[in-house]
Amino acid sequence: MREVAVIGVGMTKWGELWEKSLRTIFVETALLALDDAGVDKIDSMYVGSMSSGLFVGQEHIASLLADYLGQVPVPSARIETACASGGLALRLGFMEVASGMSDVVLVSGIEKMTDVNGYEATYALGTAADQEYEGYHGITFPGLYALIARAHMEKYGTTREQLALVAVKNHLNGSKNPLAQFPFEITVDSVLNSVLIADPLRILDCSPITDGAAAAILCPVEMARKMKKQVVKIIGSGHATDAIALSSRKDLTWLEATYQAGKRAYAMADKKPEDIDILEVHDCFTIAEICVLEALGIVEKGKGGQAVEDEVTYLDGKIPVNTSGGLKAKGHPVGATGVAQVIEIVKQLQGEAGKRQVKNPRIGMAQNMGGSGGSTVVHIFERE
Amino acid sequence: MEGIVGYGAYIPRNRIKVEEIAKVWGADAPSYKRGLMLEEKSVPSPDQDTITMSVEAAKNALRRCLINPKEIGAVYVGSESHPYAVKPSGTVLAEALGATPEVHTADFEFACKAGTEAMYVVLNLVKTGDIKYGLAVGADTSQGAPGDALEYSAAAGAAAFIFGHENVIANALESYSYMTDTPDFWRREYQYYPQHGGRFTGDPAYFKHVVGAAKGIMDKAGMKPSDFEYVTFHQPNGKFPFRVGKMLGFEKKQIETGWLVNKLGNTYSGSSPLGLTAILDVSKPGDKILIVSYGSGAGSDAFIFEVTKRIDKARDLAPKTRELLDNNRCYLEYGEYAKFRQKIKKAI
Repeated sequence: MREVAVIGVGMTKWGELWEKSLRTIFVETALLALDDAGVDKIDSMYVGSMSSGLFVGQEHIASLLADYLGQVPVPSARIETACASGGLALRLGFMEVASGMSDVVLVSGIEKMTDVNGYEATYALGTAADQEYEGYHGITFPGLYALIARAHMEKYGTTREQLALVAVKNHLNGSKNPLAQFPFEITVDSVLNSVLIADPLRILDCSPITDGAAAAILCPVEMARKMKKQVVKIIGSGHATDAIALSSRKDLTWLEATYQAGKRAYAMADKKPEDIDILEVHDCFTIAEICVLEALGIVEKGKGGQAVEDEVTYLDGKIPVNTSGGLKAKGHPVGATGVAQVIEIVKQLQGEAGKRQVKNPRIGMAQNMGGSGGSTVVHIFERE
Repeated sequence: MEGIVGYGAYIPRNRIKVEEIAKVWGADAPSYKRGLMLEEKSVPSPDQDTITMSVEAAKNALRRCLINPKEIGAVYVGSESHPYAVKPSGTVLAEALGATPEVHTADFEFACKAGTEAMYVVLNLVKTGDIKYGLAVGADTSQGAPGDALEYSAAAGAAAFIFGHENVIANALESYSYMTDTPDFWRREYQYYPQHGGRFTGDPAYFKHVVGAAKGIMDKAGMKPSDFEYVTFHQPNGKFPFRVGKMLGFEKKQIETGWLVNKLGNTYSGSSPLGLTAILDVSKPGDKILIVSYGSGAGSDAFIFEVTKRIDKARDLAPKTRELLDNNRCYLEYGEYAKFRQKIKKAI
């Protein structure tokens, strides 16, 4: 297997991009990545997108976007594993370069979610849950994560305030990210007094509905060394599945797919949790960040809430988590999220993260999760 | 100079509180009250519609100018709830006022700015000298689907303005219109309730057009926010008028006199016109007033008026808007409201 590097990244401002279409958002973002990499041709591309059909009525977007990027006839594939689509697009690009089949691969993710109303968006997102065992009963994602949150509070004594602190921390980081959808700070009080969505989760516990894309260019490390002074390598990649219905899990508070994907990534990279300097994790709801950190072994089981209360995961803490603002403040265009996490890790490792730069990180991890944890992709990166 | 010679308002006496609606749908009333600054809204009785309310408001306008209705050369009604799909509201109104048969009548429709559209056309017809007086009415019995966010605001009311050359209460210094094709809110043929684009109705719709029209008319007139004693904007909820006022550089005290929405709801075509009637009720000679409407689809009409000495003679000749809003209220429960608004389907 060849070693693989990330040689270019691209992301534009996320938010309610009503004046731009799906293809426009994609092309603007992908061109930034090509520019950053210093290449104008690619060998193949992957696009992570959860539900372009339900959101904008357009399927077959792999070819459409290759065309509008001016790259046909390169092979292009759309990847779908719900909210983990972007992370999996990265993994497949990584595998293709590592295998020697291609040299320069564009990995990207996109979702245009605000062309439909809130009910339609909730329905589209809900299709990532088990339609027969969950959707049929009317539950939506805030409800599923509320069950996880309630179970975590019962089992480990995690407090309502600790959940709020996850959002407060991520907004504090997001306030330093000019591309974030909500680049401003919030307080514990504002979280606790925001509209109740699904008890105990309130609106400020939930990631938003967002339009946006993210793109990165991968190539062999040998090639990257000739093109870039500073090379960021992908040293570990893990992907795992779990039952997508919560009712099929033994423990509501434990994200087995995240544990399994993490285990595989750690093994490939030959690293341990304590080797990781910075993390981007899938905080689609505040409770998710807590559960993910436990499943990745970053904190002890049941201690995720305490970790944020102790400010361990803050920007200047022992292990900064979601320095980009996370899904909560940066936004969550579902298919794009997994690739945007990679961009943040790469920027941090290159020392180019601006006001939110962590001091000299060397190893970073990105964890991207689909649904209520039915699929997870984990990657580990290292600066040479 | 041309301007308003008579104005009148009408608001039905029935009200329903935000809490009463929220209770039925299991919604969070405090967040509507805080977030949208809405407390209650007016509800038409079963025998009231856009035409009956237009007649009430127009009669109040006639009371303030005491002209012969036969001298009214144009009767225009702006509404998105005309009772008939085919057959004008204006003919009934003109007949009821005794303005027929030498009168031109038309119904206007442009979501919530149909009332100011009627005003725009009447004012400019009067300016041509073709008619001596013209009547413009903005009236609506607004529709909001049960359980939809619109149900907390969709209200009923009417405002009428008679424009002319003599004995003018408020001179029309400037008029201006600003419009694009922006589909933020619509109701198709045969649909009972409108649909809307949620948050899309904010920045690219309401704010873009209200700001565009307000800036456009102030540029045209060479005026700035501090030149106005009062301003009234379209009032789809309590928050938007204050937010857009702040964006434009107006102060709260300039806005609140015509800000009726917290107790009235959104009267659609009647919204900013009713705000103007409430301002005229308390204004003094020399006061300058800016009115900016907003209609989805989307566009804004704007007018600048300067109040004359005549206001002191006209003001007390008909009920004032705040009196209609505050007095003689009758609170409905949701069941009565649903019946009144024909949300309950009967067998016959």
